Amino acid sequence: MEYIKLVGILIILLGFIFKIDTIAVVILAGLATALVSGLSLFEFLTLLGEAFVSNRLVTLFFLTLPMIGLSERSGLRQQATRLIEGIKGLTTGRFLSLYMFIRELAGFFSIRIQGHTQFVRPLIEPMAQASAESKFGEEDEGTQEKIKARSAAMENLGNFFAQNTFVAASGVLLIAGTLKSLGYDVSAVNIAQASLPIAFIALIIVIVSNILFDKKLRGNSKTTSGKEGEK
Amino acid sequence: MEAFNNNFLEFFFILTGLLMAHTGVNVLLDPKHPTRLQTAVFWFLLAATFSIGRFIPPFVSGVMVVGMGILTLFNQVKIGPINQVSEEKAEERSKRLGNKIFIPVVSLASIAIIIAQFTPLGGQVGIGVAAVLSVLIAMFITKSDGKVALHEGDRMVRQVGTVGILPQLLAALGVIFTAAGVGDVIAGMISTVVPEGNQLIGVIAYVLGMVVFTMIMGNAFAAFTVITAGIGVPFVIAQGADPVIAGTLAMTAGYCGTLMTPMAANFNALPVALLEMKNPNGVIKEQLPYALLMIIVHIALMYFWAF
Repeated sequence: MEYIKLVGILIILLGFIFKIDTIAVVILAGLATALVSGLSLFEFLTLLGEAFVSNRLVTLFFLTLPMIGLSERSGLRQQATRLIEGIKGLTTGRFLSLYMFIRELAGFFSIRIQGHTQFVRPLIEPMAQASAESKFGEEDEGTQEKIKARSAAMENLGNFFAQNTFVAASGVLLIAGTLKSLGYDVSAVNIAQASLPIAFIALIIVIVSNILFDKKLRGNSKTTSGKEGEK
Repeated sequence: MEAFNNNFLEFFFILTGLLMAHTGVNVLLDPKHPTRLQTAVFWFLLAATFSIGRFIPPFVSGVMVVGMGILTLFNQVKIGPINQVSEEKAEERSKRLGNKIFIPVVSLASIAIIIAQFTPLGGQVGIGVAAVLSVLIAMFITKSDGKVALHEGDRMVRQVGTVGILPQLLAALGVIFTAAGVGDVIAGMISTVVPEGNQLIGVIAYVLGMVVFTMIMGNAFAAFTVITAGIGVPFVIAQGADPVIAGTLAMTAGYCGTLMTPMAANFNALPVALLEMKNPNGVIKEQLPYALLMIIVHIALMYFWAF
């Protein structure tokens, strides 16, 4: 029964789905896997301790926290907000593309932000709506909903596809740590560099899609005003 | 140089441990903390694995990790009362500093890359050096002393909290999976459907494996450990792919899964609530075409670039 070794994966799946404490689930998954594979409890604890200590690199980003904290305290977010507020007169699509670019840049420079709460809700989404309104008048509910979804999507896309371009991102360190455990000695810097093309491609796709979105907004406003003309 | 670098890196691990222990002391001395003792023990255990982990028997570290797991399982590790950043004060300070406030964060990334590229110290030590230098730069620019920096460090450590060690723990789980032969079992299962030796099919299996596992778990980090051992190594890297490129692309392929799953509530459900959207899956629906397109991009890029 080789398949019994997959019990750890099953435990992780169930644990994540039922939202049981993640750290405990991961340790339990390791324990179960070790025991069904014939390791003793002592061997498991030794292996776990050894593996945890040899992967400390993955958590090295803790060392950057005092600097991030100091910057936050001194208005990092407020200054970023001020810069974005200064952007005026762009179309909705261009504004969203610019936010995507800023978000990717923040990832590259390791500026950790909780984008949805700190930027999208208070700043990006209202500015995107306002830009559509100022050009085409009050938008219908469907379009408003679409701009909301788009603003949130920009945040996720920019965050996900650019975060690994920073050398000490936890994703990068996890890739390095995992590959090292599997016998491939790779450097975090090379991983960060290899992450650049995806960040770039994602940005291009978003820009193209936003250009199309602007076109659609213009088209919408023409048909609405056309209908009004018929009345 | 190798030995020197390892010792230098060890120094940064000890430093990281001291930062964690500092939070432990602060929690212990805080009479208003709801789970004072338990939370302090968590941070001390973690600090010990960092500062002295290399010098004590691995078995002891293992017991300490299990101890941390027991504390988090029973929800005994809490942030406690921390001084949040005052919005007005931050506003006031940012007006005075202007764009200078970006210098420390920019210097962190720049110094790390410069050290990695132009010195024999390497990327890992580079991160440590950059972290220490950038906090000094931040202290200088914001005119704060070490006490303030430590205080802010403590606030951030508590905010990051227990989930901060999850990536490291997942990497450790990968080691256990490998030792137990989990990867071999998955590889055996996959090889009944996927012919070994076909690079393109291997790449597709690796990318889609990451996407699907991330969608089910809602977490690309956990998927990465499992899928890389089970599919990535035998079907892609062992076939001659560059491990750096394959691994890097596999991780972002997992993020494509995150874009499409309601399991990733932080990213897909939170904005629905914040933006008061009508459709609970509105954000996922919007992201779906991007995710599908990016999956194809990942497959193509891994196939043509990694080999």
